[in-house]
Amino acid sequence: MAPRTLFDKIWDHHVVETLPDGTSILYIDRHLLHEVTSPQAFEGLRLAGRKLRHPEMTMAVVDHNVPTSDRTQPIEEPESRNQIETLERNVKEFGVPYFPLLSASQGIVHVVGPEQGISLPGMTIVCGDSHTSTHGAMGSLAFGIGTSEVEHVMATQTLLQRPAKNMRVTVEGQTGPGVSAKDIMLAIIGHIGTAGGTGHVIEFAGSAIRDLDMAGRMTICNMSIEAGARAGLVAPDDTTFAYVRNRPFAPKGEDFEKAVAFWRTLATDPGAHFDKDVTLRAEDIAPSLTWGTSPETVLPITGTVPDPALEADESKRVQMQRMLEYMGLEAGQKIAGTPVDVVFIGSCTNSRIEDLRAAAQVAAGRKVAEGVRAMIVPGSGLVKRQAEEEGLDRIFLDAGFEWREAGCSMCLGMNPDRLTPGQRCASTSNRNFEGRQGPGGRTHLLSPAMAAAAAVTGCLTDARELV
Amino acid sequence: MEKFTTLSAVAAALPEDNIDTDKIIPARFLKTTRRTGLGKHAFDSMRYRPDGSENPDFILNQEPWRHAEILVTYDNLGCGSSREHAPWALLDFGIRCVIAPSFADIFFNNCFKNGILPISLPRDVCELLMADSSMGSNARLTIDLPRQVVIRPGGEEVPFEIDPFRKHMLLEGLDDIGQTLQHESEIKSYEQKVVGERPWMPVITLD
Ligand code: SF4
Repeated sequence: MAPRTLFDKIWDHHVVETLPDGTSILYIDRHLLHEVTSPQAFEGLRLAGRKLRHPEMTMAVVDHNVPTSDRTQPIEEPESRNQIETLERNVKEFGVPYFPLLSASQGIVHVVGPEQGISLPGMTIVCGDSHTSTHGAMGSLAFGIGTSEVEHVMATQTLLQRPAKNMRVTVEGQTGPGVSAKDIMLAIIGHIGTAGGTGHVIEFAGSAIRDLDMAGRMTICNMSIEAGARAGLVAPDDTTFAYVRNRPFAPKGEDFEKAVAFWRTLATDPGAHFDKDVTLRAEDIAPSLTWGTSPETVLPITGTVPDPALEADESKRVQMQRMLEYMGLEAGQKIAGTPVDVVFIGSCTNSRIEDLRAAAQVAAGRKVAEGVRAMIVPGSGLVKRQAEEEGLDRIFLDAGFEWREAGCSMCLGMNPDRLTPGQRCASTSNRNFEGRQGPGGRTHLLSPAMAAAAAVTGCLTDARELV
Repeated sequence: MEKFTTLSAVAAALPEDNIDTDKIIPARFLKTTRRTGLGKHAFDSMRYRPDGSENPDFILNQEPWRHAEILVTYDNLGCGSSREHAPWALLDFGIRCVIAPSFADIFFNNCFKNGILPISLPRDVCELLMADSSMGSNARLTIDLPRQVVIRPGGEEVPFEIDPFRKHMLLEGLDDIGQTLQHESEIKSYEQKVVGERPWMPVITLD
């Protein structure tokens, strides 16, 4: 057999049948549900008198709309409340395993899946949410789907798909001190652009990727979408297996050993073909952030805001001008030192225990700057509990951060955590489009350490100066 | 999905180009958790006045077009955002067939997914059908899908084109799911094969 990539192998394992027009019926191992994109799909099943084919391969959790403040009170926003109550009725009726709002295991679906051992290497994993790519860090094929596809998976446990093209992004070498997975990914997106991965599934490879822990790999795969790709993945290795071992829903004992033996066969074969191949040097990557309203507008923290006048392409120039106006920045200004109003540490990109530790390291013994609102929103109840066991909550609370309950929160501002017009936010999330975190809000995407540095200095700051 | 064979019904004319999905169902109705019930908001901004009362000048508020099951419009029907709520709203209103000189791609596909037949006919033919429809309830149009003709009130037949696979899906009332379920035995044998090869694959159960 010709050498195959990790993606090819997972794909081949899951093809039920290839139809004459070239689409394949692809088997799905895990279907993750949340309150926003599932209700119409459940309704569709009900209207057609269909059953949920495999509730035991499905999992549901509430995250997008949940309040991250006191949860013993009823939810104020009627639409959020309705979506949450609808999910609760649906999971009961269809027998779906569900992590309710008040469960310690509740959290952002893309944090909960790996954390519970529900997302495993070699699997196909889907969810009605584009950042499903996060689970690719496990060495699985994971991608977001629309509402009618959600219903299709519910009824058939399959999807109609055509294979994507293969792309490899290799990061070789060792990152400098203070450079995190987020910085690596921002550098990659800055390098290949938001359309760089279009039509492809990206395999992240190279020593700098292998050296990352699972949280870091999840940060990288999470933002594959921002690089235009359908999914991102990392070959499963000892780091992966050590992470998976003893997770609640992972195979146990002898089964685990058998699973590992199988997972080891998944890595890309030497000589396998990639339609696109990009390499970056880890040493060249600095702590980074975005200055504009597209995730590819990446700068090192030591850099200056680019000048549209130097852009040859007319439409790009106009776009840059518009971004500068929206973001309230001047061409040529140093990005470091720009004052911020809000700091958000959370989202499925950066809300795991490792992320909170990195932020705490910067925040320890310091105070949130006057006039800055800084919030920490752990990715799950379990992350929150562990942070509290390690005393991180005390560090944050003493410094003046808000310590909140798990959920999507200000990543998309569906719950009450929103920016007001003109507010500038240092955010560890993944999207900086106009209005993403609230109408008129200005978002700078950056790492947890850099976000914490912005909180304690009151402006965008090179976190390396503080550790 | 309901089968589509022949439909004999009142047609309503909306003689406009570029009726976008936001006109069909405005964004503010998207926070719903249901796909039914959107019919009362279909064409909301044309159908209701700012105080919420019906606009008597709008055709879908008049007899007999209030009961229209066929819609005839001009070019590029369903352009704009790709929301699947647009066909949901039309279907819930009672529309089973839309006729226009051209359609936006995603809307066109979404119609089939929801059991609505989109028929593309030249603009001058659409004008004739609009004139027919203005005669009201004595002037029903008949859509004969098996024979691929629209039958005008006077009996004249207008042929139309449709992809044979999509025609089959509509005639049988099959959606994508129904189609995939025709491969049930392949899915079953795949599942058995995996259980054999990877018996350690865990299932999710909570108590
Ligand atoms: S944290 Fe943000 S990006 Fe992630 S699932 Fe929630 S809303 Fe989507």
